[in-house]
Amino acid sequence: MAIEVQGINKSFGATPVLRDVSVDIASGSLTALLGPSGGGKSTLLRVIAGLETPDTGTVRIDGTDATRLAPQRRNVGFVFQHYAAFKHLTVYRNIAFGLEVRGRPKAEIRQRVGELLDLVHLGQLADRYPAQLSGGQRQRMALARALAVQPRVLLLDEPFGALDAQVRKELRTWLRRLHDEVHVTTVFVTHDQEEAMDVADSIVVLAGGVVEQVGSPGEIYDKPANEFVMSFLGPVTRLGGRLVRPHDVLLSRTPEPFAVEATVTRVVRLGFEVRVEAATSGDDSAGTDVWAQVSRGTADGLGLAPGDTVYLTPQPA
Amino acid sequence: MTKYVLRIVALLYLLFLLVLPVGLIGWRTFQHGLAPVWTALSSPEAVHAFAVTLSVAVWAVLANTVFGVGTALLLVRHRFPGKRILGALIDVPVAVSPVVVGLALILVYGRFEPVGGWLRRHGLQIIFSLPGMVLATVFVSLPLVVRAIAPVLQELGADQEQAAHTLGAGRWQTFRRITLPGIRWALAYGVVLCLARALGEFGAVAVVSGGLVGQTQTLTLFVKERFDNFDSTAAFTAATALALIAVLSLLLAKLLRPSTERSRSRVVAEASTVKGDNH
Repeated sequence: MAIEVQGINKSFGATPVLRDVSVDIASGSLTALLGPSGGGKSTLLRVIAGLETPDTGTVRIDGTDATRLAPQRRNVGFVFQHYAAFKHLTVYRNIAFGLEVRGRPKAEIRQRVGELLDLVHLGQLADRYPAQLSGGQRQRMALARALAVQPRVLLLDEPFGALDAQVRKELRTWLRRLHDEVHVTTVFVTHDQEEAMDVADSIVVLAGGVVEQVGSPGEIYDKPANEFVMSFLGPVTRLGGRLVRPHDVLLSRTPEPFAVEATVTRVVRLGFEVRVEAATSGDDSAGTDVWAQVSRGTADGLGLAPGDTVYLTPQPA
Repeated sequence: MTKYVLRIVALLYLLFLLVLPVGLIGWRTFQHGLAPVWTALSSPEAVHAFAVTLSVAVWAVLANTVFGVGTALLLVRHRFPGKRILGALIDVPVAVSPVVVGLALILVYGRFEPVGGWLRRHGLQIIFSLPGMVLATVFVSLPLVVRAIAPVLQELGADQEQAAHTLGAGRWQTFRRITLPGIRWALAYGVVLCLARALGEFGAVAVVSGGLVGQTQTLTLFVKERFDNFDSTAAFTAATALALIAVLSLLLAKLLRPSTERSRSRVVAEASTVKGDNH
């Protein structure tokens, strides 16, 4: 294991932020810490980096106890949401910082920084200052800076949070490719489930300071540990008293065993996907709203219109 | 109409309050040409007063720079019990009259007081000598450096320092390579303000120095003493010198202050021109 977090508790004042958190992160993996804002994921990342001290618990990096180690002795790379670029230094000097601090020979620094500039495609901008770069360029510079010292683990705190949607998508594909090239154990924090599933090969869901579930993106989506994880990872609707994915609701115009009877209230065509909204007549007089996601072909085959009666079966039953 | 009335009132106010008195000092100084000015400036007492003023100011500025940077870092970067009290205490010297400061120092470090007596027995005289004058000057100019750099530190944020830590830089390396370059202009501004205040201090220094001619007499004390002894040429000459130094430091401070904003806006302008070529 590259990182072993054991029984971490951390409070800010009277507010508990992490409650008995234990997580193992495999060497060479790309792990996402996923959860809503205020769920404690950034704090956990900062505890691993040594930027926060846990109240109780231990952090082991590469098998050695790092709990009481100062951040500068942990040899971790950390990338901040708002880049934390050294404003008074050029791109080159930013990336060289960690090596200069370690007193490496000039020639070695020049070679290493050159490699990293190529890796993050900033070779042309080596003499620019951070203020002269776009957000995406700054974040790539910050990444190269963190990688320059060959860290044992790379930690990224909402690395794409401050970028616009387009750059964000490009950069996360790029991060995935970079990880496949460099193979450094990487942990990144995100509140975006799509980003986590797109990039990570392992996801830790953290909410209210507690680890809700750990697993591969597929496991977490298909076998969520609880209703919270299920609703956080994707759209859900309530049918027959339990949560189901809208694309797992089977529609039929004829009564089926165990099916729930409902009245169609609205049919929305969203290109390939069609969204069918219905009200079940339920046990209580009010009835509850439910919606299903079907393909255009299925919707056309059923020929649904508002007011029609439809029978809904959750899949798998 | 009101616009012109306001302008005239403001100009008259400044004329009688500032331009006329300062101008007259200059005029009286050079009234009989340069020869008496030179004689007055090169008298042993005047030269000594310059030297004393300079050494008091340099020591006070040094002390306040070190203390100011340390305190600003403590106030902005750390959380500890009593932080608000410390923040409030730093401004006390601005509110307290310098004479009170001088008397208070005598009460602690005077020859017949416990602390002063103990120091005296160990060969260190504070009151009526240089250390006391430095102490008094440090006291009155205490908040200047702190207040100049604290807001800049706040705006800078801790991110860059934390990034430096994760890259392997220790506290001192981080301070020297990251924090100091970030606050250098604010620090220079604070130092110039502190220097100006230290050179011009009168009240607190007058109380603790004893004003011994040729020993503990600073330039401001020299002006007062010469004036009281009807040696107006020497008094006005030294006063002009003080005023010139003050104007120079103010110019320097003005030069330092906007330069940070100018460079920042220039960088922003450059950033917006390069935004075209994408990430």
